[in-house]
Amino acid sequence: MRSSLGYKTKKIKIMNEFALIFRNDFHPETGYSPEKLQDIMKQWQVWMGGMAAKGQLANLGTRLGGEGKTLKPSNLVTNGPYAEIKEMITGVIVVKAGDIDGATEIAKGCPILNNGGSVEVRNIIPIGAN
Amino acid sequence: MIYRSEPMGEIKLTAEGNLEVSKEWENWMGGVAAQNKLVSPGMRLGNEGRTLKPGNIITNGPYAEVKEIIGGLSIFRAESLEEALELANNCPILNVGGNVEIRDIIQMNG
Amino acid sequence: MQEKELIPYLYRTEFRKITAVLCRSLGIEHISIAEDLVGDTFLLAAETWGLKGIPQNPAAWLYTVAKNKAKDLLKRNTLFSQKISPQIQYAVDDKHEIEIDLSAKNIQDSQLQMMFAICYPGIPSEAQIGLSLRILCSFSIDEIADAFLTNKETINKRLYRAKEKLKQDNVQIELPSEKEIDKRIENVLTTLYLLFNEGYYSSNNNAVLRKDLCVEAMRLTHMLTENETTNKPAVNALLALMCFHASRFEARIDSNGELILYEDQDTSLWNRELIIQGERYLNKASTGNYLSKYHWEAAIAYWHTTTNNEGQKWEKILSLYNQLLMTEYSPIAALNRTYALSKVYGNEEAIIEAEKLKLDNNHLYHCLLGELYSDIDLEKAIEHLQQALKLSRVAADKKVIKNKISKLGKLKNV
Repeated sequence: MRSSLGYKTKKIKIMNEFALIFRNDFHPETGYSPEKLQDIMKQWQVWMGGMAAKGQLANLGTRLGGEGKTLKPSNLVTNGPYAEIKEMITGVIVVKAGDIDGATEIAKGCPILNNGGSVEVRNIIPIGAN
Repeated sequence: MIYRSEPMGEIKLTAEGNLEVSKEWENWMGGVAAQNKLVSPGMRLGNEGRTLKPGNIITNGPYAEVKEIIGGLSIFRAESLEEALELANNCPILNVGGNVEIRDIIQMNG
Repeated sequence: MQEKELIPYLYRTEFRKITAVLCRSLGIEHISIAEDLVGDTFLLAAETWGLKGIPQNPAAWLYTVAKNKAKDLLKRNTLFSQKISPQIQYAVDDKHEIEIDLSAKNIQDSQLQMMFAICYPGIPSEAQIGLSLRILCSFSIDEIADAFLTNKETINKRLYRAKEKLKQDNVQIELPSEKEIDKRIENVLTTLYLLFNEGYYSSNNNAVLRKDLCVEAMRLTHMLTENETTNKPAVNALLALMCFHASRFEARIDSNGELILYEDQDTSLWNRELIIQGERYLNKASTGNYLSKYHWEAAIAYWHTTTNNEGQKWEKILSLYNQLLMTEYSPIAALNRTYALSKVYGNEEAIIEAEKLKLDNNHLYHCLLGELYSDIDLEKAIEHLQQALKLSRVAADKKVIKNKISKLGKLKNV
């Protein structure tokens, strides 16, 4: 196959990557006791640690804070995270799996599901070399 | 930076199966990079999806409580949300009726 | 070859080979001894050949003498020989003849291994370059001082400190393992690229010296491509980049030794051979799934070797600079990207982008704005160029800027 420079490139097969997007009600942690928070944190560490040990984690992920701005066409700006729905994104990680069903299996273990939140699994389009 | 828009159908790929980046996106992101404010170009999400909810509820498709779905996300560096907002001003997704959600990132220790 | 020229010529080609082998045999703590030993060998050659005539095989003569000197040293100094590398430890214990292997293969291997040892991130980069010039390129201390526009004492101090640090950190003279090689090669490539730039961008007046530095950088990079373990795509990309830059060597400097800018160069002076070689290496670099910044830079350099000034060339270059910046930011890349943008989208657009860069303390930033404003606002253009003049520290650059200012000044008065 040829790159845009006209030179041949070898295609190398990589494990597929999937994004796991976590959502929960706005600021769910307010109102939790310190013990409950500790417990939740531990659940996440166990889950993430398990994935890391199995080589399923592509990166440590990103945790999003409570601030935000939303920018829409015609320069419309609203304060706060995207608020068309009551759930907001709290974080994203990238996992490695053979296909989306494999990634979904991994997602089933996510602690957020025990705390009223949701997980969205999406395939990632490789950016690669152009 | 989280990019949302209504589903745009099939995603264009190069011959090697990689994302075909439009000139607009490349110039916009290159411009951010030229200001030394790009931390990561991030990822483009495909059209496959599964949504998991409590009680073992699993549905096919991207999360779609509203008609817009997430197309991708990137990470920028800025002094404030306002400065980040400025960087987002020329994001090509705005030209197709989409929007950009800007969120601060909580630093996690190693 | 004339007698008088023979020894300097052999010094240039053989000093580094013999030194590399001896360094490896004697160990990192004894680099200076290895250098002295080889130096003595050449001294002896100068004395002897003058009297007895040039031997049949001069290189072999040098090798034999150097070998014998090394063996003598090891035999005489038992304390010393207790610290020698494991390779010849066995020979010493067995009271066999100590062998210093000066075969072509061992010479090649030793030089590669020394390269990795010298390009050690624990010593400052100018020390890495200095040491490379000395050990890997046979440069004399004077020549190195010339290259860096400083004096012998400074260089001697610099190299001494570097060798001490290598000793202290017990840096091994060996090729890194599979696991480590990609990271270590990055260091080596950085040093080689810096060495090349010393020659290419140097403000040194000695054109021959500058060319030498580029040639040496290319030779060393090429050495990496000849060994399977080190023949990585990034190495080929860097070599391609160097070839493309070097192809314009003749066209860059005019008869007065002054810099000619890219747009003003006589393209018939561009070296086609080097361009073709560069394309060959760029082709070889296009394997694997990881693109280093050298890949982007080489591709950009490739497009600069084409003369088609319409559309495609600058669009391609803009796209490549976008990719390069997304891989790794640098102020120069940011400025060059903006220049490419001006070629595709016009000067006004480019000025807006340029002002976002926040590079007011960089003379090249003001040069760029001077260029971009020259068709739009003469006053502003001259202002920026004057600022550039103030900030610039290199005589050759100052000259170019002054020329531009006077050219614009004439336009203003029309």
